Amino acid sequence: MSAFKNPFDDRISLGPCSCGQPHSQAEHHAADLPAAVDSETLNRRVIESAIMRAVFPHDGERRNFLRAVGGSTALTALACFFPFGAIEAMAQEKGPLEKTDLKIGFIPITCASPLIMADPLGFYKKEGLKVSMIKTAGWALIRDKVLNKEYEASHMLAPMPIAISMGVGSSPMPINVATIQNINGQAITLHVKHKDKRDPKQWKGFKFAVPFEYSMHNFLLRYYVAEHGLDPDKDIQIRVVPPPEMVANLRAGNLDGYLGPDPFNQRAVFDEVGFIHLLSKEIWDGHPCCSFGVPTQFVKENPNTFAALYRSVLTAAAMARDPKNRPIMAEVLSPANYLNQPKTVLEQVLTGKFADGLGNVKTVPDRADFDPFPWYSMAVWILSQMKRWGYLKGEVRYKDISEQVYLVTDARKRMAEVGLTPPKESYRKFKLMGKEFDPAAPDAYLNSFAIKRS
Amino acid sequence: MMRSERAKAALISVLLFLVFVGVWHIATLPKESAMAATSGADAEYAALMGKGAEKSGGFPAPAQVGKAFVTYLSDPFYDRGPNDKGIAIQLGHSLARVGLGFLLAVLVALPAGFTIGMSPLLMRALDPFIQVLKPISPLAWMPLALYTLKDSSISGIFVIFVCSIWPMLINTAFGVASVRRDWLNVARTLEVKPLRKAFMVILPAAAPTILTGMRISMGIAWLVIVAAEMLVGGTGIGYFVWNEWNNLALPNVIFAITMIGIVGMALDGLFGRLQKLVTYRE
Repeated sequence: MSAFKNPFDDRISLGPCSCGQPHSQAEHHAADLPAAVDSETLNRRVIESAIMRAVFPHDGERRNFLRAVGGSTALTALACFFPFGAIEAMAQEKGPLEKTDLKIGFIPITCASPLIMADPLGFYKKEGLKVSMIKTAGWALIRDKVLNKEYEASHMLAPMPIAISMGVGSSPMPINVATIQNINGQAITLHVKHKDKRDPKQWKGFKFAVPFEYSMHNFLLRYYVAEHGLDPDKDIQIRVVPPPEMVANLRAGNLDGYLGPDPFNQRAVFDEVGFIHLLSKEIWDGHPCCSFGVPTQFVKENPNTFAALYRSVLTAAAMARDPKNRPIMAEVLSPANYLNQPKTVLEQVLTGKFADGLGNVKTVPDRADFDPFPWYSMAVWILSQMKRWGYLKGEVRYKDISEQVYLVTDARKRMAEVGLTPPKESYRKFKLMGKEFDPAAPDAYLNSFAIKRS
Repeated sequence: MMRSERAKAALISVLLFLVFVGVWHIATLPKESAMAATSGADAEYAALMGKGAEKSGGFPAPAQVGKAFVTYLSDPFYDRGPNDKGIAIQLGHSLARVGLGFLLAVLVALPAGFTIGMSPLLMRALDPFIQVLKPISPLAWMPLALYTLKDSSISGIFVIFVCSIWPMLINTAFGVASVRRDWLNVARTLEVKPLRKAFMVILPAAAPTILTGMRISMGIAWLVIVAAEMLVGGTGIGYFVWNEWNNLALPNVIFAITMIGIVGMALDGLFGRLQKLVTYRE
């Protein structure tokens, strides 16, 4: 993992992890696994590496520079310009933690990567938190366990905190979105027997699965088929199936396809039961999928713990964004304690070089990405779709609800603390399948659709 | 004579098992033609599809399942984080849940069954309720339990409680109600106090029926715990099955199924012993 190597050593590369040395991948990772290094050194290394990479975008230049002047001189020279110590102190500044033992729920999908990675990489520990990551059987159970306060915080689908806060599909309980977990990274997978039915118009009567009613998957699938003239409530059947059970159901012929989270799209390809029809980024490039949800009550009662948790997840997200770290992420996430999936499958999802199940190898580096910034405009779009499909009735206070649930201000503050640069604005326009969405006029957007329930 | 019969039965059991494994082995032999057809295609694609490497495709061969047995049984107590624990720990969690739920059910069902059995009036009055509640699948209670009890592990125990209470209640009531009239009459002529009558006459007389009820309840509880844990997750043998199902790792699932069977057999055997202890000849 290049982020944890000593950046002031001219012998090592800050480049990709597959180093070409004649040792096994396992040995390589054993030597590199950051768990072996104490977390403080690790933290400093991450910061130093980030700066060195910024100063020398080309690895060769850095090495030449270091060879010429020596590592320690380079460190001193750079320290004049960059206050390493101050950045480090800022990253570690924390008030007394109100609570250190936390339970966080997750669904075993790659969307949860930042939340999970923070555990084996020691980012929680570094902040003084003792976090147990609890694998959970489905989204309904995540909702119930958060409502029951069995989990202090949880991996949630981006629309879930909005729905729960409004009391739609559950008893109301205010929940905040601290960060978006991941963007893109979903796909429409169809059963192999439908290889010749690539046009959605041929999908009448298909049985599709989505992970939950209040999921981006549901809204994106509905959007996609509706753009092709199918009514998602009449022409196809949409069922709720927990992500881990999707492949088994596809194999059994219970489903014709699903818009599901990875690794289960790639897993269907790997097991030769399905093919990837479309990556979700082709519907909306940069769409949010999962979020890091924390009950408002917990945020208010434990501000320091929340801040510490926030920082650990953001640090992990920053690490997960770097394409160089993706292969080792696949390695760390693959054991039974986390995702319990073959490493090849995870690698294909995370690196974006994958088999599509139709005999092609595709390279889409941004197939899955981990941008933590919780744009208000994402929440507004979600609300517009909840209204479009009849989950919400009557007047919707788009702006109020979005700004109440999504914690943009906090995200800015915490992102700055861990050395990330958050965007300046909180709303932005984006395009889905070529059609622009303006967060300032959601109702006009809604009225422009022919197929809708409201 | 008896001994040779038993030896013969054991021999046939072993033979049947060997035949079963043999047929299974032959049925799951890898198909050469399928492998050859794909190896000619794009090598990179094949690598990404996991060709050539060990893969979960198809039904697992007995050797693979055997390997799963060896791996899990050689280290039954490992603990690699909250979501990956050894098989003994998982079974322990399941047994603890079943034990607790079952114990609670005993505490409620035995006194209640006794009361109902002694009073024909009560039995008739409560009968419709019992008949309605009895056939409800215990898992159907789960959403309600999660919502009201607000705790997933207590909900799991509650589900076990609900499923194991009915056979015990009904059998206890039936056993108590059908104690021989003569014995009760003898007790009455000897002017035995009611409490003494209950413990010295009725309880021993009804014990075999009560134990049968408990045995049935335990069987059902063990069936239900697997489903309940698959639903709620976290720990237990049911969660183990679910977790391996996610990975479509059938050898591990088969291993878990076998363990569930063995533990279930042991529990049933235990109650069989207890039953023998209280059986009497009239």
